[in-house]
Amino acid sequence: MIRLLWKRLTSASLVLLAASFFTFILARIVPSDPALAYVGPKSTAADEVRIRTMLGLDQPIPVQYFKYLKDVISGNWGYSLSTKQPVLHEIANRLPPTIELIAVAVGFAIIFGLIFGMLAARFPHSVGAALIRVLSIAGISVPAFWLGLLLQLLFVGRLGWFPATGEFDLDIKFTNPIHHITGFPLFDAAITGNWVAVTSGLQHIVLPALTLAAYSFGLIARMSRANLLEVFSQDYIKVARAYGVSERVVLFKLALKNAIPPVITVTGLSTAYLITGTFFVEQVYNWPGIGGFAANALISVDYPAIMGITLLGAAGYLTINFIVDLILTKIDPRIEA
Amino acid sequence: MDTKAMKIKVAKLSWLVANPYAIVASSILTIFLACAAFSSWLAPYPKEGAGAPNVAHTLIGPSRLHLLGTDELGRDLLSRIIFGARPALLTSLTVVGTAALVGTLLGLIAGFRGGLIDAAVMRLSELFLSFPPLLLSLVAVSLLGPGLRNALIALIVSWWPWYARLIRNESRSIKSQPFVEIAQAMGVSSWKIMTRHLLRNITSSLIVQIAADLGTVILAAGSLAFIGLGAQPPSSDWGLMVAQGRTVIFDQWWISTFAGLAIFIVVLAFNLLGDELRDYLDPRKRAK
Repeated sequence: MIRLLWKRLTSASLVLLAASFFTFILARIVPSDPALAYVGPKSTAADEVRIRTMLGLDQPIPVQYFKYLKDVISGNWGYSLSTKQPVLHEIANRLPPTIELIAVAVGFAIIFGLIFGMLAARFPHSVGAALIRVLSIAGISVPAFWLGLLLQLLFVGRLGWFPATGEFDLDIKFTNPIHHITGFPLFDAAITGNWVAVTSGLQHIVLPALTLAAYSFGLIARMSRANLLEVFSQDYIKVARAYGVSERVVLFKLALKNAIPPVITVTGLSTAYLITGTFFVEQVYNWPGIGGFAANALISVDYPAIMGITLLGAAGYLTINFIVDLILTKIDPRIEA
Repeated sequence: MDTKAMKIKVAKLSWLVANPYAIVASSILTIFLACAAFSSWLAPYPKEGAGAPNVAHTLIGPSRLHLLGTDELGRDLLSRIIFGARPALLTSLTVVGTAALVGTLLGLIAGFRGGLIDAAVMRLSELFLSFPPLLLSLVAVSLLGPGLRNALIALIVSWWPWYARLIRNESRSIKSQPFVEIAQAMGVSSWKIMTRHLLRNITSSLIVQIAADLGTVILAAGSLAFIGLGAQPPSSDWGLMVAQGRTVIFDQWWISTFAGLAIFIVVLAFNLLGDELRDYLDPRKRAK
């Protein structure tokens, strides 16, 4: 366990170091001048020189890199060019709503993906199984930004079942303000018993989470179906069935245990996809998270924010992979740390 | 020789006939290819499809004159979507083609030579794959400047490592088989072994991967265009059209809806076909 942790930590820091180098190099080849971007169009030459010195852009590249590295480690991730706020501050404020969104989306994807995958494997030659197959491939083929717009059009515009954008109704701030405890707004509302805010939050999170979940749902449904079918064809299942063990026990007690590890791997992989998925979904739903911030940073070439987001993305990816490995070693004794 | 080729052809045809998914998918893709090749003949309003505005007809809903309606410049949406097939196809072919070529070359050399080259290629591809998918492309295109050309570069940059790893792993496992060792012992040149023995045995995995990626790249390029980093106006890019229709989605729903539907259907067809090909080319499943 500790060996796994240590091995992972060292390789993770190497990857992050490489990632920081990568983002730094990318930021250096920007055709647009960051100093000019910072001071804006109405600046004098003197302003420009001052900002260039302030940002350290007059130093040689290796010096700049080591300074950047030192800053990153000490928590100074620079200032966003568009909001003029510290990048780390922006990330800290916007990460919790994004994590809540991803968590709900992954929850949807696992529940629906597993149920549909199990149904398709249990009745492999039914019309339902064929439909589930098309549906799961549709899940990985649908553009998230378009699905988001369609759901808005249908459920907000036509049916009026859900609110269009944001994480809470706007008046919640005044009528039932959420107390800041963990920083996760929906979670905080729930543990403080602020049910008005919780209800509002749940209504707001359904559509973006469903949009985000489509891809993972497709992968999970496909993987669980394929694995269950393979397990069903193995001798121990045939023997169990021959002995008259009930189908429920066969599926839940015997088959699922052996079919689940690859499903976990694929869940982790698809969660990593969701990280970039939030860029599009949060933009469509105006979600106050890191994804929408990232999309704006990318469009406005806000390079300190972009560098921060790239590092954060790599770190998030590593974390997800690490969690997946931890779960796999816990549930499957054949995998050694 | 001829009868053998005929038999293979018949076998392929019978596989297609026995496979409703494959039929549907390949029909969709045939229409898509036809749209890409003959845009100006198939589009009902070729001039509008190519971008000429028609201000007298702005934002008309679907009707007999304009089956899918018109956009904010009065252009027939069906014609625009038909004209969007070519850029989508070219983008996808360019990215997948280049990534597969670069990846296959590096993967073959790494798998065959081993040692330092292998380690270098593997570590480099690991570095690229340590970012969440698409993140590198997004960052690269943002910093290089938005536009189709940079989007292509950015997509290739994050796509080649998949091919390098796939080809490297497969060629390693084939390399250790007796027939390759014998060929080496007989003095067959490295290049010949790589192309004749390794590459030929990897072809089916390569085809499956390419089939699946052709769709995924259309999706990725559409996403880039949607947030404003890919193809720029007045391009008939589908993702761009979805973005342009977004501001009027609640009133003029057809623009985003149909443009996105085009992406969805084409990507779905590629993925369905890829899935069927995987089952077909997988020797374990074929035996059953």
